[in-house]
Amino acid sequence: MSVLKPSIPTRGETFDANKAAHEKALAEVRAAADAAFDGGGKVAQERHVGRNKLLPRERVARLLDPGSPFLEVGTFAAHGMYGGDCPCAGLITGVGRVSGHEVMVVCNDATVKGGTYYPMTAKKHLRAQEIAEQNRLPCVYLVDSGGANLPNQDEVFADRDHFGRVFFNQANMSAKGIAQIAVVMGACTAGGAYVPAMSDEAIIVKNQGTIYLAGPPLVKAATGEIVTAEDLGGGDVHTRLSGVADHLARDDAHALALARRAIANLNRVKRVDIQMQPVEEPLYDPEELLGIVPAGLKTPYDIREVIARIVDGSRFDEFKARYATTLVCGFAHIHGVPVGIIANNGVLFSESALKGAHFVELCSQRSIPLVFLQNITGFMVGRQYEAGGIAKDGAKLVTAVATSQVPKITVIVGGSFGAGNYGMCGRAYSPRFLWTWPNSRIAVMGGEQAAGVLASVKRAGIERGGKTWSPNDEAAFKQGVVDQFETQGHPLYASARLWDDGIIDPRKTRDVIGLSLSASLNAPIPETRFGVFRM
Amino acid sequence: MTSQMFKTLLIANRGEIACRVMRTSKRLGLNTVAVYSDADRDAFHVATADAAYRLGPAPAAESYLRIDRIIAAAKASGADAIHPGYGFLSENAGFAEAVAAAGMTFIGPPASAIRAMGLKDAAKTLMQKAGVPVVPGYHGDKQDAAALAKEAAKIGYPVLIKARAGGGGKGMRRVDRPEDFKTALEGAQREAQASFGDAHVLIERYVAKPRHIEVQVFADTHGNVIHLGERDCSLQRRHQKVIEEAPAPGMTPELRASVGDIAVRAAKAISYVGAGTIEFIADTSQGLRTDAIYFMEMNTRLQVEHPVTEAITGLDLVEWQLRVAAGEPLPLTQAQVQLDGHAFEARIYAEDPARGFLPSPGTLAFLALPDGIARVDTGVRQGDTVSPFYDPLIAKVIVHGETRAAALGKMASALDGCRIAGPVTNVPFLQALVNHAGFQQGDVDTGLIERDLQMLTSQAVPPREVVAIAAIAALRLTHPPAGPDPWSTLTDWRHWDPARRTAHLEFNGARFDLSLTGAGKSAYEVADATGTLAATLLDGNAGGEERIAFGDRIISATPVEHDGKLTIHTGGRTYVFGLPDRTSSDDAEEDDAVSDRVMSPMPGLVKVVHARRGARVTRGQPLVVIEAMKMEYTMTAPRDGKIADVAVSLGDNVQSGALLLALEPEHAPGPGG
Repeated sequence: MSVLKPSIPTRGETFDANKAAHEKALAEVRAAADAAFDGGGKVAQERHVGRNKLLPRERVARLLDPGSPFLEVGTFAAHGMYGGDCPCAGLITGVGRVSGHEVMVVCNDATVKGGTYYPMTAKKHLRAQEIAEQNRLPCVYLVDSGGANLPNQDEVFADRDHFGRVFFNQANMSAKGIAQIAVVMGACTAGGAYVPAMSDEAIIVKNQGTIYLAGPPLVKAATGEIVTAEDLGGGDVHTRLSGVADHLARDDAHALALARRAIANLNRVKRVDIQMQPVEEPLYDPEELLGIVPAGLKTPYDIREVIARIVDGSRFDEFKARYATTLVCGFAHIHGVPVGIIANNGVLFSESALKGAHFVELCSQRSIPLVFLQNITGFMVGRQYEAGGIAKDGAKLVTAVATSQVPKITVIVGGSFGAGNYGMCGRAYSPRFLWTWPNSRIAVMGGEQAAGVLASVKRAGIERGGKTWSPNDEAAFKQGVVDQFETQGHPLYASARLWDDGIIDPRKTRDVIGLSLSASLNAPIPETRFGVFRM
Repeated sequence: MTSQMFKTLLIANRGEIACRVMRTSKRLGLNTVAVYSDADRDAFHVATADAAYRLGPAPAAESYLRIDRIIAAAKASGADAIHPGYGFLSENAGFAEAVAAAGMTFIGPPASAIRAMGLKDAAKTLMQKAGVPVVPGYHGDKQDAAALAKEAAKIGYPVLIKARAGGGGKGMRRVDRPEDFKTALEGAQREAQASFGDAHVLIERYVAKPRHIEVQVFADTHGNVIHLGERDCSLQRRHQKVIEEAPAPGMTPELRASVGDIAVRAAKAISYVGAGTIEFIADTSQGLRTDAIYFMEMNTRLQVEHPVTEAITGLDLVEWQLRVAAGEPLPLTQAQVQLDGHAFEARIYAEDPARGFLPSPGTLAFLALPDGIARVDTGVRQGDTVSPFYDPLIAKVIVHGETRAAALGKMASALDGCRIAGPVTNVPFLQALVNHAGFQQGDVDTGLIERDLQMLTSQAVPPREVVAIAAIAALRLTHPPAGPDPWSTLTDWRHWDPARRTAHLEFNGARFDLSLTGAGKSAYEVADATGTLAATLLDGNAGGEERIAFGDRIISATPVEHDGKLTIHTGGRTYVFGLPDRTSSDDAEEDDAVSDRVMSPMPGLVKVVHARRGARVTRGQPLVVIEAMKMEYTMTAPRDGKIADVAVSLGDNVQSGALLLALEPEHAPGPGG
């Protein structure tokens, strides 16, 4: 294979300035991550531990195999939302290894508002299940939740993608042979009671886990019966009398050991049906990415500089290198897994879209997973290009990306604007995982372009009314739009709303893609049937 | 050649001595036949032998002590000779006769010599007649104070007044001066009367600063008797030898010739043949002196500690035994025997010095014994079980050096190289002994160990780094899964927050809580109560040894997890940690019904069954008695109730955790009404 030869100097003022800017963006994201990891804060955590319960992150750590990676998903969910009341959306989700198998872990954080479901909590839970279903990962639910967050019930309960979908997913995953294991380590109230009940196998902690449709206060109100939580729906009741749970655990640690045992008994083999290669580190240090990649999105750079610091041995066999150079396509390996990389190197033209569609066809034919590196301002605009049929060529790329059945992993390393987001496998195209860099921005178009469009519309309206719009007022108006786009296009804003699976440190891109790819290989790669390509 | 005399040798023993006898036998071209009890079917000595025959159930009385079974096995195997090893039937004259009667050769002395030395008092009298010195004393019938005082003066002070019926120090008085004799005698007699109903006393010379010195003798059927020098076995605990050495510290050639001559005389007096040991007690209050060494007894067999004699003579005593038994003359004359350098033997036992040396049987989860620096005689391999039915000896470590100091240095290194996990062992005790200042100077006596027992059995506190290693091992981070999959290779990978884990350890009742934070590939920040250590796992050595870097310092350690515990061997020390997390998170189901059942706490033998099916019992009522490790465990009713089932009967062998009996469930649905 050909070895990439990057040319951007790895020292000097520009390098240092870029690095400083990226580190600043990273620091902001890290602070947000720290807030997420703090969960409900010290007081709530001490109360939790005082009840002889393990903290949720400790539960996850003990569930996982020794030394297992944990590919956390949705760390920044609900960041800056609900007045900051719901760090990490009160739910820890991610892929980790348990008893040698990659599983999806979904763990309530009872230190955050009793583990109740905010709208983002439900969205995050469903996203975790979606990952599990797409990649055929067994699910382990570490349940400790008071059910729906009542003040927000209108956005949690009734709609298709609300709380009820959790159980729909459990049933359908179980039907597909994707194991559903629940560990009841606290409350499982009302709808929450269905998490263990809908599971293939359920474990409950003695004198701690409870499962009931209505808690003691509601029972008393409804029928006058006075009953303790333990007698109503404790571990003894459910493992001895009701059969709602299958295994009784002494404590959290024991319950997690039983969950590990349950996973060990799945009789499951990860069949990787593609040609793996021995792993090689890149020749060029991923650490250099921070200084290589320009701080601002407006400065163009060669995306191969990034590829060289992600792929095994910095080896990259480029496809159609001389044609449509604004889209770089080629074959490489990441952590030994063969991949087809599609990366932006400028605006998309008709021929770029054609080249991309061709390459997606190749990879689909050969069952090679696709990695999209997004840094795209959009498709080229203008009379010449419209007349050239850029819309139908763009449609070809979108069709190919949408219907290809190979695992797709998307990383937004820069801009993600307009239809470029679609052609480059944005969220709507269901890549198995979608990760973003701290310097990335995402929006329907650039803030300045949007400000220009909106200002011209507004100016027209003002002038139709016979008034004039002072340049100062227009500038202020434009700035408002730019500010709004900057806020809403910021990766933390995006990640809080789960438009992606998380913001990553650029230096860890290779590992994130490797883990994502390997997790995705738990599902067999089906044959692709493309849709009609408009010719 | 011996091999023409004997073709097939049956070894009527087990463990290390069976293996050791087989080693020489194989070298000489003999076929070897092992015998085994049910507990030993998979034992090393059975695996090593060319053929093996079952004797019976595990208890020695039903297997290794069954003369009829052994003779039958010998006949079935076509053996023409039987080696008894030590212990079991090795000093049983009846066995020697039975072997001869079956037309086979007994590798040992004639039955008459075994008998002559078997009765200790008669043996002493016999030796006295042969001119062998015994401890001076008066064992006569005169009991009046004046006569006894006269005898005491004749014996020479200090003397010991002992109750004839005595034991446990009752009715015993040491008297240093004649003027104290009368008072002491009255006290002894009064105490003897009160304790045993018999005021009769005897008087012996008090042996001060006693040392146990024994002489190895060898005799052939042609009338030749020689000695192979002496051994000092003064390091004893409750008459169990711990470390033996040859030659004895302070022994001069003249003194050796003198005791050697006495030993040869003793052997000749009973027409001895083969390997034997004459044990002496020496009063060393004035140093080693010819006139203060007294005959104690003779062991008519190969001794456990024979390898130290082999080390300084360069001989193979088992080979000599076989040659003598085959009728060959002794290979050397007394003048040809050369002693070279100094040797020590340490006996490694599965026993717990911290708990009064209680045997600690169990499976050897890990076993690495020193290689090269020492001779190691063992009868077990890693994975074998040290059985509760027999002597819990794991191995004998024998070292040889030019000088005593050099040999002792080698012993220290050899003990440091003993890595054993599973049973608790006496290795730390042996190490402490090797470091004992008095022992190092050769200033030994049989009371040394008891005097300094506390110091010798105090337990080392693990250094911080060792606790950190234990935490890493307890979290099972030492062996990441293999393969190219990033889920295997990216150990502890996290996005933003390093992987954090907590480890809980127990050591000697103290609890350690540590938190581990991932700090890159196989690197951890280990926080304990006093601060943080940076630990990096390096590529390990062969044999399960991990290498962990703490800054510039690299520590090698062998962690072994077994039976809910974690044993760490490092720097020649062994630390056993409890894993409270493991016991609470083992994947056994929580079972509330356990209180309905009575289980055996240990592997053992059912000695008594009080329980009857259908009987009503009250909480705490004794139901079954299990004998294990020479202890009796009484299993009582866990609560009031009715016995539903008795699962064992008298004489059953039960495993640890085996169901003994069950009570009827408390809330069993009644017949209605």
